[in-house]
Amino acid sequence: MNYNWDWGVFFKSTGVGSETYLDWYIAGLGWTIAIAVVAWIIALLLGSILGVMRTVPNRLVSGIATCYVELFRNVPLLVQLFVWYFLIPDLLPQNLQDWYKQDLNPTTSAYLSVVVCLGLFTAARVCEQVRTGIQALPRGQEAAARAMGFKLPQIYWNVLLPQAYRIIIPPLTSEFLNVFKNSSVASLIGLMELLAQTKQTAEFSANLFEAFTLATLIYFTLNMSLMLLMRVVEKKVAVPGLISVGGK
Amino acid sequence: MELDFSGIIPAIPGLWNGMVMTLQLMVMGVVGGIALGTVLALMRLSSNKLLSRVAGAYVNYFRSIPLLLVITWFYLAVPFVLRWITGEDTPIGAFASCVVAFMMFEAAYFCEIVRAGVQSIPKGQMAAAQAMGMTYGQTMRLVILPQAFRKMTPLLLQQSIILFQDTSLVYTVGLVDFLNSARSNGDIIGRSNEFLIFAGVVYFIISFSASLLVKRLQKRFAV
Repeated sequence: MNYNWDWGVFFKSTGVGSETYLDWYIAGLGWTIAIAVVAWIIALLLGSILGVMRTVPNRLVSGIATCYVELFRNVPLLVQLFVWYFLIPDLLPQNLQDWYKQDLNPTTSAYLSVVVCLGLFTAARVCEQVRTGIQALPRGQEAAARAMGFKLPQIYWNVLLPQAYRIIIPPLTSEFLNVFKNSSVASLIGLMELLAQTKQTAEFSANLFEAFTLATLIYFTLNMSLMLLMRVVEKKVAVPGLISVGGK
Repeated sequence: MELDFSGIIPAIPGLWNGMVMTLQLMVMGVVGGIALGTVLALMRLSSNKLLSRVAGAYVNYFRSIPLLLVITWFYLAVPFVLRWITGEDTPIGAFASCVVAFMMFEAAYFCEIVRAGVQSIPKGQMAAAQAMGMTYGQTMRLVILPQAFRKMTPLLLQQSIILFQDTSLVYTVGLVDFLNSARSNGDIIGRSNEFLIFAGVVYFIISFSASLLVKRLQKRFAV
């Protein structure tokens, strides 16, 4: 078990076509971003709807949202992924099943499963943040809007949500970063995202430490740059006059 | 598709062994994680800039990479590292490398919880202990940490529930935890869907009831 350090390994040919290992990382990073961004859009839309549902003065509506959150928060992500990848396709009607299992190429079907899984998984977390944001607003806001004759949808759309989102940017940022990290489970159903490419590089080149160091650096840079970006956004849209913003 | 759950009953001993593995991983990860996390938190809070920087870097590092990457990396790298240290081939199983991965990864999260806990103790406590002639070590051990841990218990438990779910990621190194034993038992008799549903339900029941308990505790511990 002698180990040969070689930091130049990323520029070497993989032996597969004319690709270098660096090309693999770039392709992997592309998939990671493609998963995270689409899953995040699903999570943000669905999570917002659920978050609003949880604060609506209707037992049934808020009960449904609560059940959703509890279900998706208490089952491990990997189990959920297997459910979306193995179980759900079997439950589809026959023609859809054939399409999913035969017509789609394996990468596309794995991608669809991961995106739906991560989107719905993260929606439960976004829901809790949106709810917290709405509940953090002074009650007078809702009462005032009501007194001015706003209907319930208008109250949410014009008064509560615009303020709530601006309060919850920090926790939403950390959820957004979590989506990037969680997207690595896609490697377990054969999607060649960043972690899978890293493993493959480690196996092909036998330069294990270099391969994982680069992956770590990529994740780290991605995290830091997104965090800095969101800090700028946070400052830009801060609600004046609230203690919770700005840290001043 | 028809579901037939009858195959699960004969598989229960195997599933139980898997659950024992899952719980072992969780308990060792939590205990080691809290121990290491507490040390890191004290480093972060110390007035020594170097110590606090090192701990800060550790936390930032582990919080920005996926757990799955840590598990995979440790599984592949630990044999090499052990060889460099001991000078000979030291066989180490997937279990040990996973436990180390969980401990080190979770320590970053536990560190932040402990740090917040210590910071929530009023400054006067520290001053009073020092006025009575206690050293820094004594103050932390006898005065600050016992109170901080009491406040932190719900958060520490919540993090443990998250770890309980995350242990399923050892699937990637082929360790037979609860999820993996459900997968393999299901595959043998061609009933993988039923076993997957069963595994999901069991995970749900355990996590859900544990988090209900934590919520109760939170109310009782509220200061």
